[in-house]
Amino acid sequence: MSEPLIYEISRAGRRAVSLPACDVPEAPFPADAVRADLPLPEVSEIDVVRHYTRLSQLNHSIDTGFYPLGSCTMKYNPKVNEVAARLPGFASLHPLQDALSAQGAMALIHSLQELLAEIAGFSAVTLQPAAGAHGELTGVLIMRKYLYDRGETQRDIILVPDSAHGTNPATTSMSGLKVMVVPSDARGNVNLEILRSLTAKHGPHLIGLMLTNPNTLGLFDENVEEVVRLVHEAGGLVYGDGANFNAILGIAKPGLLGFDVMHYNLHKTFSTPHGGGGPGSGAVGVAAFLADYLPGPIVVRDEDDEYAWQMPAKSIGRVKAFWGNFAVLVRAYTYIRMHGAEGLRQVSENAVLNANYLQARLRDVYPIPHSDRTCMHEFVAQGKLEGAPGINTMDIAKRLMDFDFHPPTVYFPLIVAEALMVEPTETESKETLDAFADTLIRIAEEARTDPELLKTAPHHAPVKRLDEVKAAKDMVLCYGPGCGG
Amino acid sequence: MNYIPNTDADRADMLAVIGVPSVADLFHDVPEKQRFPELDLPPALSEMEVLQELQALADENDDLNHVSCFLGAGAYNHFVPSVVDSLIRRGEFYSAYTPYQAEISQGTLQAHFEYQSMICALTGMETSNVSHYDGATATAEAVIMALQVGRGKRSKVVLSPTLHPQYRAVVRTYTQGMGIQIAGEDAPLGDLAALAGPAGADSACVVVQNPDFLGRLYTPAEMQGLADKVHAAGAFFIVVTDPVSLGLFVPPGQYGADVVCGEGQPMGNALSFGGPYLGFFATKLSEVRKSSGRIVGQTVDTDGKRGFVLTLSTREQHIRREKASSNICSNQALNALAAAMYLAAMGKYGLRTVAELSYHKAHYAAGLIAALDGYEVKAAGLFFKEFVVRCPKPVALINQALLDEFGILGGYDLGSDYPELKDHMLLCVTEMNSRAEIKQLVDALEELAGSDDLAALDGEEAAQ
Amino acid sequence: MSYKFDPQAKYAKSHEWVRMEGDVAVIGVSDYAQHLLSDVVYVELPEVGDTLTQGESLGTVESVKAAEDAYAPISGEVLEVNAALEDNPEWVNEDPYGKAWLVKAAPSDLGQLADLMDIATYEKYVAEEEEKGGH
Repeated sequence: MSEPLIYEISRAGRRAVSLPACDVPEAPFPADAVRADLPLPEVSEIDVVRHYTRLSQLNHSIDTGFYPLGSCTMKYNPKVNEVAARLPGFASLHPLQDALSAQGAMALIHSLQELLAEIAGFSAVTLQPAAGAHGELTGVLIMRKYLYDRGETQRDIILVPDSAHGTNPATTSMSGLKVMVVPSDARGNVNLEILRSLTAKHGPHLIGLMLTNPNTLGLFDENVEEVVRLVHEAGGLVYGDGANFNAILGIAKPGLLGFDVMHYNLHKTFSTPHGGGGPGSGAVGVAAFLADYLPGPIVVRDEDDEYAWQMPAKSIGRVKAFWGNFAVLVRAYTYIRMHGAEGLRQVSENAVLNANYLQARLRDVYPIPHSDRTCMHEFVAQGKLEGAPGINTMDIAKRLMDFDFHPPTVYFPLIVAEALMVEPTETESKETLDAFADTLIRIAEEARTDPELLKTAPHHAPVKRLDEVKAAKDMVLCYGPGCGG
Repeated sequence: MNYIPNTDADRADMLAVIGVPSVADLFHDVPEKQRFPELDLPPALSEMEVLQELQALADENDDLNHVSCFLGAGAYNHFVPSVVDSLIRRGEFYSAYTPYQAEISQGTLQAHFEYQSMICALTGMETSNVSHYDGATATAEAVIMALQVGRGKRSKVVLSPTLHPQYRAVVRTYTQGMGIQIAGEDAPLGDLAALAGPAGADSACVVVQNPDFLGRLYTPAEMQGLADKVHAAGAFFIVVTDPVSLGLFVPPGQYGADVVCGEGQPMGNALSFGGPYLGFFATKLSEVRKSSGRIVGQTVDTDGKRGFVLTLSTREQHIRREKASSNICSNQALNALAAAMYLAAMGKYGLRTVAELSYHKAHYAAGLIAALDGYEVKAAGLFFKEFVVRCPKPVALINQALLDEFGILGGYDLGSDYPELKDHMLLCVTEMNSRAEIKQLVDALEELAGSDDLAALDGEEAAQ
Repeated sequence: MSYKFDPQAKYAKSHEWVRMEGDVAVIGVSDYAQHLLSDVVYVELPEVGDTLTQGESLGTVESVKAAEDAYAPISGEVLEVNAALEDNPEWVNEDPYGKAWLVKAAPSDLGQLADLMDIATYEKYVAEEEEKGGH
């Protein structure tokens, strides 16, 4: 199976659109400003339809199969979300039109701000950030500005556990701050002893700590309240990375655990589709004392019961043009309204149940460093099999494709060698989990009896293993003249 | 309603395998006092009920199916061919994750490679990433890239005052911890040459929008003149542009741009009250390793067959962590896909036609408005689809009357961003505005200029 | 696993080597370092005239999976950079002590050579590292 490039099916003179004739007198063009050539494809409408339909068929997706990608929460994306986001009253609304002509949209934003605040135990929420990492930048800039406004401008360190997503240290640098890594202990928690010595030594220089909880090992930190207390005692703030929030809806409220700021990934926890890499939404919630620092404008309800835009008093500023990824917000709102409190708790209960079930089914076959503990919504196994020394995690991942499963997240977190990070989500049935576990068990057997089968996998995917070294060296990054293609 | 297939029987079987008595026992690591808090949420709705509620909210908005739109200012009402929305609804595209596992993500990867190719064709640049969050953050990322190329020795950023005000705000937010200076915003509006002044040996970049926020189009010669001065100072020349304008006009790659970026929404993405959109970002091959955002590259599989992978990933946060130039992870992949579908469908003929129609209609509207008593069209030079009009009354009052009485969404009120442009409106005309709509706008403006109601309202506002 | 070593060179703990050729210090990364990286796809080098400071990054060596800083084993001024690596990054894998030298520098303090390991010490150090890292 392979599909030509859109440029390769282009034929001079073909058209895929019909546009109206010009119904006004034509104005002269400034000759020296008009371009000589516009090298876009020329195709007919059916070419466009078949091309993208065929391309879509080369993808694995939630709609076509199980997608247990750890830390990504690949749950089913309800179809009603798509209908809701496309209602003309939302989809055909200009972001700069007068607030009074968009009260319904603003009511939805206001309502979602409040729903998210309640779900995680915060006082105020901004919906402007476009993705999780964007939410992190927002949150860290809020922490920095709050502390600097208090005159504590010597603070420039953020503590980041060694299990953290790469976005946490990258966000810290982008905010002009320094990263200090906190190791994990033998049970997968933040190492309290080392944290104590770090806060004792660097306390006056701490902006705070960024903590993913449950962490990327899929474990709820057993000492989370002590971790928070130590950072607060040093005058720092605690940032919650909400990437793993799907484990604790109605189970715990990060705001009540002492987190000062947290971003929500609406595209993970609240079912909005990942879109092949985006768009997401990285809403940020904060405790009351930080509410004035949120980026804005946010929606407030004024004395006339009308919704209005308001820039928080000490705002860090805008992080994006306009108001946020509104159509993503509509989807998340739809999801929350359909679940209610009980439904959201069931989401997390079943996400955690499914992960523990898979962990139990696999723990005798694959090493799972923390299988003595109850995992949350995900767990980390290792692609190191006894009796199959030449086989690694990548081989197992590629072989899974032959059985129409998307592999787990591989080689992350970095603190586990040959990591296979499995997150089944609550929307998968026991039959699917069993089929996946049976397949992984079969692959472990193949690893011993026929390792070559794994080394050369995938065999049934649209392409075989791709040469990443060649891609990085040759740098063929576009097609056409001047692109080296 | 939830989407959980597990039955009570399933749960019982699974708990037995796990070896715990109840689901609640899975949460013993959560501090007991904090475990199972009450969520004070409205009761759950069925699908039918939620759609009714959402429809009611949607109905409260004056959307563009019910009004005619002359508002732009960074988000544009262009035609989206039916194929785009039809194809973008395929679950194989929208319910996939980032294509980290290339062998089973060739659809997304090839489509994004084609997106990169078409963005390069459009902008006249050599490489494109697969998007930033929007035009504003793409601009901020371009500025950060220039600062990093300047390696701390160049810490001044020159922003044109006619770069979109929200983009300038976002650049300020992004760079607040970086210890830099921002200059140029006090230069006279529309005076390109004045921006070369602040660009010196301490400058990382000069950022110019073309067509600018006020709609003005600078010629390739004018832009090249500034580019030469910026390059002589050793700084990056960053050009923010409207992709639809590139259907007609010389692309920034041909007049010295080091980075070309901007808002990609006009390429096939719904207005959706401001998002999700996409920031497009294109640069030179020699600078690609300094740029941020995902990039797809062409390669071969073990059989020698062509295939596509995410490449140059070592620039990114998941590998470089605190040394990454940006923290971006999720981008606007699906919006970039819609943009690719749009460009494929529009093609050479379509995009040029859309740009030409917008140009002609905007000039037609400007000509008629310029002839009205009380209004002045302030288009000093060339323009594309937007232009500034000085109004006889406050813009807010005119816009309110346009909407309430004529069903017209008027232009952007420039007074809040540019005090010197109080009572000035930025009007936008695209291929979507028919001659009849334009006539209605012109007649309405004429009527409102002499309207006593408005004068009365004006007095009321002044009294407040 | 056995690695190649250059008996003429001295080594830093971060796996760079330096070899004096007359007054000039030739600097590169070790065979062990290139093994850790796997296929090198890109090498970023300083500019002629840049100042090297012992222990600080002088450039980056990248594979598709990692981007590792190369740290200056001694301080000095860059006299020459190996521009051919731009088109031939694989030389770092093929010939780390020869064709794939990174920079030639004028050392500012030859005394710093005493901070570095000789081949015997470095060989032992690599063996220990390998034990620890499980690579």
